[in-house]
Amino acid sequence: MSQHRVIVVGGGLAGLAAAARVAEAGLPVDLFSLVPVKRSHSVCAQGGINACNEVARQQGYSEYEHFDETIYGGDFLADQHPVLEMANMAPRIIDLLDRMGVPFNRTSEGQRDLRLFGGSLFKRTHFAGATTGQQLLYALDEQVRRGESEGKITKYEFWEFLWPVQHDGRCVGIVAQDMRTMQIRAFRADAVVMATGGCGLVFGKSTNSIICTGAAAARCYQAGVWYANPEMIQVHPTAIPGADKLRLMSESARGEGGRVWVPRKKGDSRPPHDIPEPERWYFLEEKYPAYGNIVPRDIATREIFDVCVNQGMGVDGKNQVYLDLSHMDADYLTRKLGGILEIYEKFVGEDPRHVPMKIFPAVHYSMGGLWTQYVKGSYAPAAPLPKHKSGARPPLGAEPGQGMQPGAPTNMMTNMPGLYAFGEVNFAYHGANRLGANALLSCIFDGVFCGQSVVNFVRDGAPGKAPAAGLPAGPYDQVVQGESDKVARLLSSVSKGAADPATNPYIIGMELGEEMTAACTVVRTGPRLEQCLRKIADFRQRYAAAVLADDAAWSNQALGYARAVGDMIALAEAIAKGALTRCESRGAHYRTDFPERDDARFMKTTVARCDAAGGSSLTLEPIDASLIAPTARTYGKKDDAHGKKDAPKAAMAGVS
Amino acid sequence: MTSPTDNAPHAPRRAATPGRSVIFRILRADGPGGAQRWEEFKVPIPAGANVISCLQWIAANPVTTSGQRTTPVAWDSGCLEEVCGACTMVINGKVRQSCSCLIDEYAPGEGDVITLEPMSKFPVVRDLWVDRSRMFHTLQRIKAWVPIDGTYDLGPGPAERPADQETRYVLSTCMTCGCCLEACPQYKLERDPENFDTAFVGAAALSQARLFNAHKTGRDLKPDRLEALMGPGGVNDCGNAQNCVQVCPKHIPLTESIAAIGRAVTIHAFARFFRG
Ligand SMILES: Cc1cc2nc3c(=O)[nH]c(=O)nc-3n(C[C@H](O)[C@H](O)[C@H](O)COP(=O)(O)OP(=O)(O)OC[C@H]3O[C@@H](n4cnc5c(N)ncnc54)[C@H](O)[C@@H]3O)c2cc1C
Ligand code: SF4
Ligand code: SF4
Ligand code: FES
Repeated sequence: MSQHRVIVVGGGLAGLAAAARVAEAGLPVDLFSLVPVKRSHSVCAQGGINACNEVARQQGYSEYEHFDETIYGGDFLADQHPVLEMANMAPRIIDLLDRMGVPFNRTSEGQRDLRLFGGSLFKRTHFAGATTGQQLLYALDEQVRRGESEGKITKYEFWEFLWPVQHDGRCVGIVAQDMRTMQIRAFRADAVVMATGGCGLVFGKSTNSIICTGAAAARCYQAGVWYANPEMIQVHPTAIPGADKLRLMSESARGEGGRVWVPRKKGDSRPPHDIPEPERWYFLEEKYPAYGNIVPRDIATREIFDVCVNQGMGVDGKNQVYLDLSHMDADYLTRKLGGILEIYEKFVGEDPRHVPMKIFPAVHYSMGGLWTQYVKGSYAPAAPLPKHKSGARPPLGAEPGQGMQPGAPTNMMTNMPGLYAFGEVNFAYHGANRLGANALLSCIFDGVFCGQSVVNFVRDGAPGKAPAAGLPAGPYDQVVQGESDKVARLLSSVSKGAADPATNPYIIGMELGEEMTAACTVVRTGPRLEQCLRKIADFRQRYAAAVLADDAAWSNQALGYARAVGDMIALAEAIAKGALTRCESRGAHYRTDFPERDDARFMKTTVARCDAAGGSSLTLEPIDASLIAPTARTYGKKDDAHGKKDAPKAAMAGVS
Repeated sequence: MTSPTDNAPHAPRRAATPGRSVIFRILRADGPGGAQRWEEFKVPIPAGANVISCLQWIAANPVTTSGQRTTPVAWDSGCLEEVCGACTMVINGKVRQSCSCLIDEYAPGEGDVITLEPMSKFPVVRDLWVDRSRMFHTLQRIKAWVPIDGTYDLGPGPAERPADQETRYVLSTCMTCGCCLEACPQYKLERDPENFDTAFVGAAALSQARLFNAHKTGRDLKPDRLEALMGPGGVNDCGNAQNCVQVCPKHIPLTESIAAIGRAVTIHAFARFFRG
């Protein structure tokens, strides 16, 4: 056994959970991360993590309901079995985190407290103060540190994953670079888990951490791994525009009475308080008299976008609108919204109790990701899920074979045998739109549930007979050579080129982000996407001639960034092409030229395969929706089974 | 050593000049132990700029004020919202996170100067990027984890009173940033990992020991933690200067933690003495 090893790339929630589970099963783990794992992007999550719980259960909620909400929220694009399995395991994941010492908020009796979150009528979101992601990440980090001190886990922090190594049709390791010494070397492994998170930086600025370039996923994709539903990118309506990042502003600001407006006069440069009421355009209240400022996320996002981008009416001519709380009592605001107002104050330097906040939608999450497979489970309808509330509708459909089979070696394995994708980097659970507080869950679920699949693959699959440790060196050396050549090419540009914005990787990256944000986020149209693809081709050409500003052989961050820009371009192309191919509107994907959902043609997974030139070819693959039939969008009619969740969407009838 | 600072929201300040440029004086080094030098950059300041956005601008335009082309400055960052701890550096002589450091606050006028230096208590990797692996090592030294029986489903954890949760939560927001260590007169630069187990652990780790000792299951390792904190580099190395608590961006009650661990170590030492 001991000659086998597993590599986990990424130390966010998904990677840490995977490392802990695999190490516990007795396989040594090598854990790679761009940053010390404790600083991974998962640390940013604030809201919480969803799971059925005893209180909600006694009110009629169940794992099945959680599953149903997730499928519905994702607009029926997700394969249903993995989602069922995830919802089913969720309460046990909370228990596990609880045992690890996560300081979940407590009721006066000492039970875990719960909060309400979007997409549900039941309180099913567990939270730890205002920093749930940080607290979950730390709990897993601590368990991994324990594994490290027991010699079961070896960390490679500040190491960057560069490329997977293949032999005999399977993944047998990776090539990585130490971003301090710049050493490039191969690491052998019998299975590799990619847990490298999202790709917000493809859009320039987003709510993501600065390391979320998606480059690692893009490299796998260019190495032959399929990429699914690239076009499904979630945009959050209210973020704080910043020079470096768009920081999330919670929706509760609108819930508490915040009003969204812009000056009626284009380019009005007066300070907001000098603009009298009649000269302010409260566009949400005007367009949606019934719902006003609390229209659902997607509508708020589209309207704000329209006002700024299409009409050029943004405050100070920029992409920003006022979110105004200053008409409200300052003490009340402090009591109700203290924490989030402090974030605004800290990063903008203005007090939102007295000055209207400036906000704009921001790219937030990638539902799409590396394509993964699963094996259907063996639950029988006669044997309901553990703990399922008796008397509720049966949790499962008519035919046997539901959920995922625990430990099946191919669960969340990509099309490249031996290479897995866990967490935000896969596409498996959130369909066309992710519900709040479901991402942290899917990350940890992948780690603990599918971690067992990795172990079984190593023991019983191809590596059982031919451990990577005994394979010839050729395939490894070849990838090391390829990556070293790539680096040499980039570094040699330093002496050759002059400073020119056209070939400056930072400028190319910035312009790529601007173009992707303009063409590929909130509102998409065929012609604009085609234009975007032409621009991407341009970026690709400019990138081929990129000139770096630093050829240092030590801790060269300019190299790391420049390399990632090339990978972001490849991913951007898949995103834009996916958006162009999907001639319908579904979840986060909204086409003005195809405003309706089209199940007959597009209730399918977009699968992008990369060609030799780095371009993509797309196919549409069927999904398994055998558990819940897709419901018509009835915009909240009372008799609709989903009406309760859909109620605010009534307003959507007015759009498009 | 840097002087303590308070990161609490600031009082109304001088209005910032729009469209201005600001001078960044940056203490640079090409590698560990290499000679340090100052370089100056003139950076245009858009609204809402912070130190990170200015460093990004410099990365795209690496030209000094004297017109010299140079290399982009290396620095460490992640979340950009003051929750990952990566971007800590010494700004105008005070240790803090650079992502939450607003230019309007630090340099409101045309030509104002902001100085950036790497933390001095950790070896420099390059420029403003330092190696804090000692902090993570120290977390191993004090067994900063809850010794659970594995990651399988074994039911819920212990119930906890809200007051205890609140205490633990605050301690658990420590982002291993190192501000408290930079400000501490007792915490010294240590380049040799061989000495990590005997050098002073510092306030952050003492506070983490208190965090895990306060958990019902975490408590099982309390004797091990106190053993580690009794000897050289333990709690007795703290000179009670209280600089640490003043610079902690998460407002963690570090001096309370130090006192709590001090008491626990004393009791533990007595108990050990009488057990023989
Ligand atoms: C502001 C914000 C708030 C959020 N709030 C919530 C919430 O309340 N609830 C919820 O459920 N979800 C929330 N989300 C979403 C959720 O935080 C993420 O989806 C989730 O944390 C992703 O975790 P992960 O483990 O997949 O990846 P990450 O945490 O992103 O980790 C990726 C890891 O991969 C490593 N890595 C990446 N590339 C490489 C490479 N090339 N080489 C080596 N290592 C590499 C990184 O170093 C890192 O360790 C929020 C997201 C944002 C942006
Ligand atoms: S109280 Fe102790 S730990 Fe804190 S700064 Fe002073 S000497 Fe350092
Ligand atoms: S205790 Fe405070 S200052 Fe010290 S490392 Fe933790 S967060 Fe930073
Ligand atoms: S970048 Fe995370 S704290 Fe500043």
